[in-house]
Amino acid sequence: MSREAGGGRRRAADESGTDPVERGERPARDERPAERVRSGERPMRADPVVATVNLVKIYQNGGVPVPAVRGVDLRVERGEFVAIMGPSGSGKSTLVHMLGGLDPRTSGEIWLDGKRADTLGESAWALLRRKKIGFVFQFFNLVANMTVADNVELPALLAGASPREARERRERLLDALGLTGRADAAPAQLAGGEQQRVALARALANRPSLLLADEPTGNLDSRNTRDVLKLLGEVHRDGQTIIMVTHDARVASLADRVVSLLDGQIVDDGAVAAPRRRPKGTAGDVVELRG
Amino acid sequence: MRLFLLALLAKEPAHGYELKQALEQIFGSAYPSPNIGQIYVTLGRLEKDGLVRAVDVEQTNRPNKKVYYLTAAGRESLDSWADEPTEGPRVRDEFFMKLVLAPMTGIADRMTLINRQRRHYLALMRDLNELAERTAPEDRIALLLIEGAMLHLQADLDWLERCQEDLS
Repeated sequence: MSREAGGGRRRAADESGTDPVERGERPARDERPAERVRSGERPMRADPVVATVNLVKIYQNGGVPVPAVRGVDLRVERGEFVAIMGPSGSGKSTLVHMLGGLDPRTSGEIWLDGKRADTLGESAWALLRRKKIGFVFQFFNLVANMTVADNVELPALLAGASPREARERRERLLDALGLTGRADAAPAQLAGGEQQRVALARALANRPSLLLADEPTGNLDSRNTRDVLKLLGEVHRDGQTIIMVTHDARVASLADRVVSLLDGQIVDDGAVAAPRRRPKGTAGDVVELRG
Repeated sequence: MRLFLLALLAKEPAHGYELKQALEQIFGSAYPSPNIGQIYVTLGRLEKDGLVRAVDVEQTNRPNKKVYYLTAAGRESLDSWADEPTEGPRVRDEFFMKLVLAPMTGIADRMTLINRQRRHYLALMRDLNELAERTAPEDRIALLLIEGAMLHLQADLDWLERCQEDLS
C-alpha cells in the first residue's frame, strides 16, 4: 500500500533533520491519562509505553469524511507484545501509524512513555522515533545505496550509540537472523525474505522502547517467517515492547495479548490463553489423523 | 486404521508388533503411538472381512506368532482407497452451527462467540508453534502435519473475520 511506503520515505527524510526541540517535555501530572493507579494496586506503577485516549482518525476523501479509527483507548505496558488483528479496512495500519507519528491524529491523545506525543510537531516526532521507536513494514524500505551492515547501524548511530556499540549490536542482530554473511551486500542483492530480516534488524538497532510492525511477515514464505518469529520471540523475552498489526495467526499467537479491531473500534482485547496441553504432547496429539 | 494397516501389509507381510513399529517409524511423533491391542482387533476384523489372511509361524522359545498378508480383495480395497479423492476438511463445523443457532435463542451474542473462538484458535496456534519448536527438524512428516494444522487454523481465523464483518 502506498501509505506505508510514503510513511517510510517520510521517516527517512525526518531523520536527516536535526531539530532538537521539545526534548524531555513533560506535561503536568493531572493532564495525564486517567486510571493510572488502580485502587490499592502497585501505586508506583511505571508509565505505560503507549496510552491512547479516544484516538480518532478521519480521512478526507474528496470532501467526504471517512472515519478510519473511531475512538480507541489502548494502553500497552512495558514488555508487552500486542498483536492487532482485524479485517482489512478496520483501521489497524492507521492506528499503528498514528502511534509512530507517521500519520497525524484527527482527535484524541497519544502518550508515549508517559509523555504526550500527539501534540508534537514533525521534527519532534522524528526525534522521538529516532530515540524510542523501531518500525517494520510489509515493504522493507531499506536504503538502497548502503550496505546491509550500514542500514542496520544507521539507526543506532542516529540514536546516539557509539560506533562500537552500533557495530556490536548490528553483528548480534544479523547473526540472530542468519545474515552475517550478507553484511556487505547491497539490499538489492538480497531476496525478499532476507531484506525483511534486515529491516527487522534495523528496527531493533536503536534498542527502541517500542517496536511497531505492520504485517512484517506479509511477504515472507514460511521459512523466513519462522526466522522472523524466532527473533521477535527472543527480543520479546528480553523485554522488548511490541505492537504488531498482523493477519498471520502464527505471528499473533506469539503475542501476550490480541486486540481485534472492527470498523475502527476495538471489539476484543485480551490475553491469548496459555497452552492447555501437556508439555509432552506430540504432533499426533494435536493433529488428528482419522483411521 | 484399517487402510493404514492394509497399506503396510501391501509392502510386506508382518505380524502385529511389526506393524506398530512401522507406524511409529514412518510417522515419528506425527502419529499417536498405536495401541497394540487396537492393532490386533483391527487385524482380526480385516481377516474376518477377507482382506488379510494369517499364517502361524513357529518360534523356538516363544508361542507361535501370526504373520498377516494381504489378500486379492485386500489389494483391491487398498487400490480403490488410493484412487479416490479423500474427503476434505469439514465445512459445517460445530462452531458454525453454534454461531447461527445460539443468537436465535438469545442465549449468546454473536460478537462474544466470535471473540471467544478467535482466542481459542490463537491458543491452539500457540500450541502448534511450541510443538513445531520442539519437533526435531529430521521429523519431516510430523513437521508437515503441524504445518497443515497451522494452515487450517489460519483459514478458520480468516473465516471468523468474515463472519464478524458480515454478521455484526
